[in-house]
Amino acid sequence: MYQYDQYDQAMVDARVAEFADQVKRRLSGDMTEDQFKPLRLMNGLYLQLHAYMLRVAIPYGTLSSKQMHMLAHIARKYDRDYGHFTTRQNLQFNWIKLDDTPEILTDLASVEMHAIQTSGNCIRNISSDQFAGAAADEITDPRPWAELLRQWSSFHPEFSYLPRKFKICVIAAQEDRAAMRLHDIGIQIIEKDGVHGAAVYAGGGMGRTPMIAPLIKEFVPLEDLLSYLEACLRVYNRYGRRDNMYKARIKILIHEIGADSYRAQVEEEFAQVKALGIDPPRAEFDRIAAFFAMPDLDANASDDLDLSHKDFALWVGQNVAKHKAAGHAIVTISLKPIEGIPGDATSAQMDLMADLALQYSHDELRITHAQNVVLPHVRKADLFAVWEKLVAAGLATPNLDLITDMIACPGLDYCSLANARSIPVAQKIADRFADLDRQRDLGELKLKISGCINACGHHHAGHIGILGVDKKGKENYQLSFGGSGAQDVSIANITGPGFDEDGVVDAIERATDKYLAERRDGERFIDTYRRIGMAPFKEAIYG
Amino acid sequence: MKLLTGNDLNTGLVTWWTGKDWSIHIEDAVDVGEDGETIAAAEELARRINGPYVIGGELTAEGPRPAHIKDRIRALGPTVRVDLTLKPNDPSAAERVI
Ligand code: HEM
Ligand code: SF4
Repeated sequence: MYQYDQYDQAMVDARVAEFADQVKRRLSGDMTEDQFKPLRLMNGLYLQLHAYMLRVAIPYGTLSSKQMHMLAHIARKYDRDYGHFTTRQNLQFNWIKLDDTPEILTDLASVEMHAIQTSGNCIRNISSDQFAGAAADEITDPRPWAELLRQWSSFHPEFSYLPRKFKICVIAAQEDRAAMRLHDIGIQIIEKDGVHGAAVYAGGGMGRTPMIAPLIKEFVPLEDLLSYLEACLRVYNRYGRRDNMYKARIKILIHEIGADSYRAQVEEEFAQVKALGIDPPRAEFDRIAAFFAMPDLDANASDDLDLSHKDFALWVGQNVAKHKAAGHAIVTISLKPIEGIPGDATSAQMDLMADLALQYSHDELRITHAQNVVLPHVRKADLFAVWEKLVAAGLATPNLDLITDMIACPGLDYCSLANARSIPVAQKIADRFADLDRQRDLGELKLKISGCINACGHHHAGHIGILGVDKKGKENYQLSFGGSGAQDVSIANITGPGFDEDGVVDAIERATDKYLAERRDGERFIDTYRRIGMAPFKEAIYG
Repeated sequence: MKLLTGNDLNTGLVTWWTGKDWSIHIEDAVDVGEDGETIAAAEELARRINGPYVIGGELTAEGPRPAHIKDRIRALGPTVRVDLTLKPNDPSAAERVI
């Protein structure tokens, strides 16, 4: 894992000290809320429905056990004993007191973490593939590239006040596990003539106008990457719609001027930027990459696995993925127990996951955009022991990528922007489809729920998506089908009129029944939908 | 009735104007009539409140009830974590705010 050098640490420490002073001035009355609000937001502190909320950045979703223990400690000491893992691979604490924040940020800084750039119109936390460095299907580990971008984008003076927030994702596998093309810039590391470079997509996003990012440049060599991205951001910074918040994202700019025109302007800008010499020497990239070297895996680890225990076998079949090294596997811990709240983990659960990472996964954890937690490097021989401990902690639900492995944003239970609650709907769906055989029969089915049009719950990218709306003061839910955030990326289509909370669960059941009746061999829900279209589903739902 | 609400400056908790002070219990809230904005301005200046605003509501047998579901959830706490609400021993409280 990357370790802060003296510059990283000094910058973070200086920011903590600065914010501590700002908090003091706010509490003593030297600052009004209007003056203080932009400052607290720069440090990830929001005011939400019930209290202050602190959003902690987890760079490209990678954590050490020490860092996870610290998150547990903060939840226990300053919050109400739990945290919420988000689709941006971050963690949110929901009940933070203002005068505790300097101490919390000091605690975070002690384990090389912070909440900087988790809000505001800047480049946010870089997201990545949760299986990075372990996935059997990756061409290289994308995290050194992501770390390079983290360093470039942290406190970047020119990009601190962009027209709107900016989200970048880096992957390096064929399978897209990070919704890469739904980011402002999506990067896929590819290989050309034996050399790795970046395929750069730009102008994707969700929110009220979902867009899939078009390819802007097929191959940017590593030695040009920062200059090229600098040029991408400069063109956006210059022409992005600052006059209208709803049109300010880069997706609108690229949609309006067209990918070709945007590309041409970026090329022109690139010619200028390249001369500035901001691209680091190869040795610097190699220095960063060395931090992400494969841990010292057991070279003699066996591929044998005793699957005679039925529940263990189910869990292995569903939640364990192929590792690039023999005798090892990637474990995904589901944070979607049937009665639970998607993405929430208690302090005790965080501590347990951290302990498991230290003992069995070379001290590494990952957060997924689907709000689960990954142990990336587990020996197959240790899987049973890991599973038993997860079972005891209520963390062994074998439902990865099934209908109950839902993404749900906090919705109206926590979020001040929400129109409707997300979590109770998620719980009702989970309850209806709780039977594991039934879930497994339905197969891969990505269900995603947002409590308002901001789409934090990725509903546009759900095989089944649900959007909460306010219908004359009542919660109402719009249903959509056919979205995907994976390599078969697509934006979902609305089925028709919305439903109340129970109605939407019934409608989903009628749709999945229809799928079961119509599906052909090996087809997932989304495949059948794509083949037969909306009409038969509409008929099934609305009669 | 009209209610004045906001978040406590330090704890961030949801609070309600009681006529002379702030309370986290909506049962203590009073009708502010047309004075909401004036009180809000003074209280904000005195650093006792963050982001105060006036909402509509009605007086019921259980006490004041905000007109909008968002403020009813603010008054209680997250409906999906009864243990964290102001009525941890009343499992039907969440149903009543919906
Ligand atoms: C509770 C406080 C939150 C606030 C105030 C908030 C606010 C917003 C807003 C305003 C947008 C729309 C931006 C735009 O379209 O320009 C947005 C988008 C988004 N948020 Fe949140 N959000 C919150 C929580 C979350 C959580 C909990 C998650 C993860 C579960 C999340 C992840 C995202 C994602 C993935 C998007 C869409 C991606 C995109 O920007 O295109 N947010 N959020
Ligand atoms: S989608 Fe809306 S309700 Fe959900 S977290 Fe985002 S802003 Fe809040």
